[in-house]
Amino acid sequence: MSVFKDARHLFRFAGLFVLAFVIFLVVRHYVVPKTFGEYGHYRGAAIGEIAAHPIKFAGHQTCETCHSDVQDVKSKGKHAHVNCEACHGALAKHADDPSAVTPVLPDTAVLCARCHTASAAKPKGFPQVMPADHSSGLACNTCHKPHSPAMDAGGTK
Amino acid sequence: MNLSRRQILILLPAAAIAWKSVLAGTPEDSPNYNMSDHWWGMLIDIPKCIGCGNCVRACQTENDVPEGNFRTWVERYHVTDENMVSPEVISPDGGREGFPVAEADAGKYFFVPKMCNHCADSPCTQVCPVGATFISPDGVVLVDQKYCLGCAYCVQACPYGCRYIHPEKKVADKCTLCYHRITKGLTTACCEACPTGARQLADLKNPNDPIHEFLKTHSVQVLKPQMATGAKLYYNDLDGSVR
Repeated sequence: MSVFKDARHLFRFAGLFVLAFVIFLVVRHYVVPKTFGEYGHYRGAAIGEIAAHPIKFAGHQTCETCHSDVQDVKSKGKHAHVNCEACHGALAKHADDPSAVTPVLPDTAVLCARCHTASAAKPKGFPQVMPADHSSGLACNTCHKPHSPAMDAGGTK
Repeated sequence: MNLSRRQILILLPAAAIAWKSVLAGTPEDSPNYNMSDHWWGMLIDIPKCIGCGNCVRACQTENDVPEGNFRTWVERYHVTDENMVSPEVISPDGGREGFPVAEADAGKYFFVPKMCNHCADSPCTQVCPVGATFISPDGVVLVDQKYCLGCAYCVQACPYGCRYIHPEKKVADKCTLCYHRITKGLTTACCEACPTGARQLADLKNPNDPIHEFLKTHSVQVLKPQMATGAKLYYNDLDGSVR
């Protein structure tokens, strides 16, 4: 043991360092979440948690499974590419349980004006009117059928 | 096996890298959705935007966005000959209820919907001191709200102003590109509610996605390209005055 003759007083310090390192590893094991570093420098499980957020907008494919009659009318008109929930609002709850949650019919005076009120800021080709001059206060759906709005379309929905 | 000290020193970094990949584990085993098959972005077609605010309302409904904060919003630019550099920009309540009627004058008007750019090399994820915000393997910048401290460093770092501190949770909050929807085969709430198709969710890893044809045939730009953030929000026909 002649090699360690002058180093013996360092052993206790070395032991302390080793102990501190072990404590660090133990604490780290409990403090760092299990999935941290699964995909990168973050908690991998967070991705699944964010993906589990509830859905509010059912999506037009879901609507069309039941309301194919409306879809048929709509697909022939100017609003073919306007999704159902763009006007009717988020209705995933209605899709889950159609009888318990029934959608409220939108007020055309508010709804139509939101897109079709004339403004120089809107793209030139977009159909737009000044509601007050255009219909003198009449509701839009007096003349236009929202699902197929052209006057000669003759739709009933 | 006898290894010299030199060989061990050379092998150590290699072993460290190998161990890291072991720690990384296997990708999420989801039956229908494989993160490695997607790389999400969005196309915004400015000439189609009518400023109706449907996207803003849909986003707030879908994601329970707190009052007064926005994950997406719409700006209206008014550019005239005199103010090409600093045009008048308005966004009343984020464009939620539309915009005041504009009278035709010498200038030009257009709407610019804005939201998180889901940058591939995002400054916001780089500055997070705890690893609470990150880009997912499928290219969506997300916040781990259980891990976030609410230091707001990322809010300052975002060059596009897309983050805010949630007033009740006191943690960073932002657009998730409706991660809960796109992983189930749906489009985002803003795209679903957009009546003119001005917003289109795009999967850049899907060779059949119409985005590829669109990028080839249109004049497309990202916001602040000089910042090299790798933004994945592609704007069609973006005016040079947009900041």
